[in-house]
Amino acid sequence: MFSFVLKRLGLVVPTFIGITLLVFSLIRLLPGDPVEALSGERGMDPQRYQRLLHEFGLDRPLPVQYGDYVWKALHGDLGLSTITHESVFREFVGRFPATIELSFCAMLLALAIGLPAGIIAAVKRNTVWDYSVMGASLTGFSMPIFWWGLLLILTFSVTLGWTPVSGRIAIQYDIPPTTGFMLIDALLSSDKGAFRSALSHLILPSIALGTIPLAVIARMTRSSMLEVLREDYVRTARAKGASTLRVIGLHALRNALIPVITTVGLQVGTLLAGAILTESIFSWPGIGKWLVEAIGRRDYPAVQGGLLMSASVIIGVNLIVDVLYGVINPRIRHQ
Amino acid sequence: MKTSRGHALSTLAATALLTCSGAAFAAKTLVYCSEGSPEGFNPQYYTTGTTFDAVSVPMFNRLVEFDTGTTNIVPGLAESYTASADGLSYTFKLRKGVKFHSSAKFTPTREFNADDVVFSFTRMMDANHPFAKTQPGTTYAYFDDMDMKNIIDKVEKVDPMTVKFTLKKPEAPFIANMAMDFASILSAEYAEKMKAAGNVETFDREPIGTGPFTFVSYQKDATVRYKAFDAYWGGRPKIDNLVFAITTDASVRYAKLKTGECHVMAFPKPADVALMKNDPNINLVQQNGLNVGYIAFNVEKKPFDNKLVRQALNMAVNKKGILDAVFQGAGAVAKNPIPPTLWSYNDKVTDYAYDPTKAKALLAQAGYPNGVEVDLWYLPVTRPYNPDGKRMAELIQSDWEKVGVKAKLVTFEWGEYRKRSKTGEQQSMMFGWSGDNGDPDNFFVPLLGCSAVKGGGNVARWCNKDFEDLVQKAKATTKQADRAALYEKAQVIAKEEAPWITIAHSVRFDPVRKEVLGYKMDATAHHYFTKVDLADK
Repeated sequence: MFSFVLKRLGLVVPTFIGITLLVFSLIRLLPGDPVEALSGERGMDPQRYQRLLHEFGLDRPLPVQYGDYVWKALHGDLGLSTITHESVFREFVGRFPATIELSFCAMLLALAIGLPAGIIAAVKRNTVWDYSVMGASLTGFSMPIFWWGLLLILTFSVTLGWTPVSGRIAIQYDIPPTTGFMLIDALLSSDKGAFRSALSHLILPSIALGTIPLAVIARMTRSSMLEVLREDYVRTARAKGASTLRVIGLHALRNALIPVITTVGLQVGTLLAGAILTESIFSWPGIGKWLVEAIGRRDYPAVQGGLLMSASVIIGVNLIVDVLYGVINPRIRHQ
Repeated sequence: MKTSRGHALSTLAATALLTCSGAAFAAKTLVYCSEGSPEGFNPQYYTTGTTFDAVSVPMFNRLVEFDTGTTNIVPGLAESYTASADGLSYTFKLRKGVKFHSSAKFTPTREFNADDVVFSFTRMMDANHPFAKTQPGTTYAYFDDMDMKNIIDKVEKVDPMTVKFTLKKPEAPFIANMAMDFASILSAEYAEKMKAAGNVETFDREPIGTGPFTFVSYQKDATVRYKAFDAYWGGRPKIDNLVFAITTDASVRYAKLKTGECHVMAFPKPADVALMKNDPNINLVQQNGLNVGYIAFNVEKKPFDNKLVRQALNMAVNKKGILDAVFQGAGAVAKNPIPPTLWSYNDKVTDYAYDPTKAKALLAQAGYPNGVEVDLWYLPVTRPYNPDGKRMAELIQSDWEKVGVKAKLVTFEWGEYRKRSKTGEQQSMMFGWSGDNGDPDNFFVPLLGCSAVKGGGNVARWCNKDFEDLVQKAKATTKQADRAALYEKAQVIAKEEAPWITIAHSVRFDPVRKEVLGYKMDATAHHYFTKVDLADK
């Protein structure tokens, strides 16, 4: 088991190098530079341009800049944002809880609906239940988040007036970010309505962000269940006279869940990517919205640092999933 | 619509209930859906309207200020000023009894005086000033880019309530510059105290000004909160709290305005304007923008070195068609480089009438009877003076084609576009300008002056001696009527020489909810809430 974890950890090193190289060169391949992006029609005083270029370290050769980026990143220093002049690490950490909170709720929603839907579709194969679940999940999977989000807002907020349009909490609550998780902060505050308000603000963005993982989980659960249901031990269980519920819930589902767990792990990347769009629509102050802005304004340190941190999170989660998978399924770790 | 109003009402009722529990009366909270996060909280470091809206407008004052809705200069922290006869020095008499905000970390012990003015400016002017550099990466953007260090020689305290600015050269627009955001007055006492406490960062992060609102809190990318400053020298604002709800997507801002989650929204999408006009809950306030969109001919390159070609291509463009298709009613045809709202606008100038036949004849006369091929650069992004550069370029391309001129459409990423335009690589290009301070000099010199050819702002690279003499003379003249006469002449030359096709001045819209009272649009595209009130519900 130990060597298995070590092997998995060893893979992290080349991944890290690859990510830093990719992020570093991709942002520089975009035309424009962070200093130029700070000016408008007026243009910039040439002295100021040179001074800023020097302060941002952009007047040095590229390999030196790259080395500096990696060296500092290894020491936990991601540099200063060229826009706000604040530490990129602090900017990231301040916003990350908002993204986690949203992603967590989206994933919860995806599991709560996706798992039962997939099971029903498998059990009631080739019935109207199956077709509805598969049709709906295909639609959900193909839905552009941007359009889907706006549609949700127009329907549920503007027309029906059920949910707030955007933001994390109603304006009247000024809750200081103690943990950064609005639901927890709202509970900690003495305001009674705050938690309800925070929860109501989570509904639409969670649906918008959770739709794709939901569809994937539903489909994955269905196909994995179908496979397991054909296994001999399921037939044996049925023959023994076990109740349908017991057969499906205990014998089939537990084994069918293994590929589903992997899928859930992989969906973390999808969630972070989807958060970029979801956060932009719902004015959600997380890292997605922040990164979009940073890319638009060529804030190299923010893009480099932010993407590296996000990538690390995805690598970390996948590592944990890999290890868990090994724990659940001994065959994997002995390969 | 009924339900959405119901939602708005319930939100308001909730607000009222909540505040009732804390105070004996309902506090008036105005929510403004802004388009982005402020870059920081020191008005001297930044150049974007988004930051100014959140920082210099609510929390700071200038020596002189713009009368909201116009670019007329009115007294601010200075009650009056006198200019010396040679135009080389300006003496400001400061307002008495002006109080600075206080915060948990700072309580002012004195009122505003000359030390604050001297501090605010020397900090930007003198690289050796102890507060010149408090954070890495910060620069005095506007001050540097407007070349103020070559305008202001020194700032001196004459007595505690008098400040004298000495200039390096006569510069009539100086007063208008003093009303700009970068010229906001900061507290010298606050700076010293924070430095003594080893906390200089706080000075930049937690603003202390003299403005109508005091800073409460900023939650990144979410909200900026302010409360009314009771001791504001100009009279306490009528609303009690001001909240900026940062909402980057224009469609979502509109949705929030409809449900009542915000009272005023920034920058609507042109496509939504027609809907807003018909919304019974929304007042659509509009104002002519202080801007111009144009096509510049690079006069250093063939065929645009020939005045006849420039005139011919002016005549070949159907501006009316462009206005209808691109601006959809939110713009006016431009005939001068400055908008009609600006003083010295010469209404006697006649524009080139749309006349393809005459244009063809002029082209033949210029030596291009069989037409010519040119490059036309178009804007890659939406700008306040041009909602759709590509569409505009296509219309111009087809107009020019009718007179035998084949235009190749070219564009680059926005930063790259500006960078390349400075080198004069373009043959003809689409560009524009938003005025900063309501002084005509702010259009003529940076856009068409000879020094701007070298600086790169003059993308037509047009340097005309007669024009230059007029605008330079106007710069050195203090009396506005005399200056206006000079600028009027300059506009005649600019039309005749045709370095540009002046296309349009855009119209701006601010959608506000019906319960917002007394909202006035600002001429320089800022958003002011000092005099706004909310109707009782």
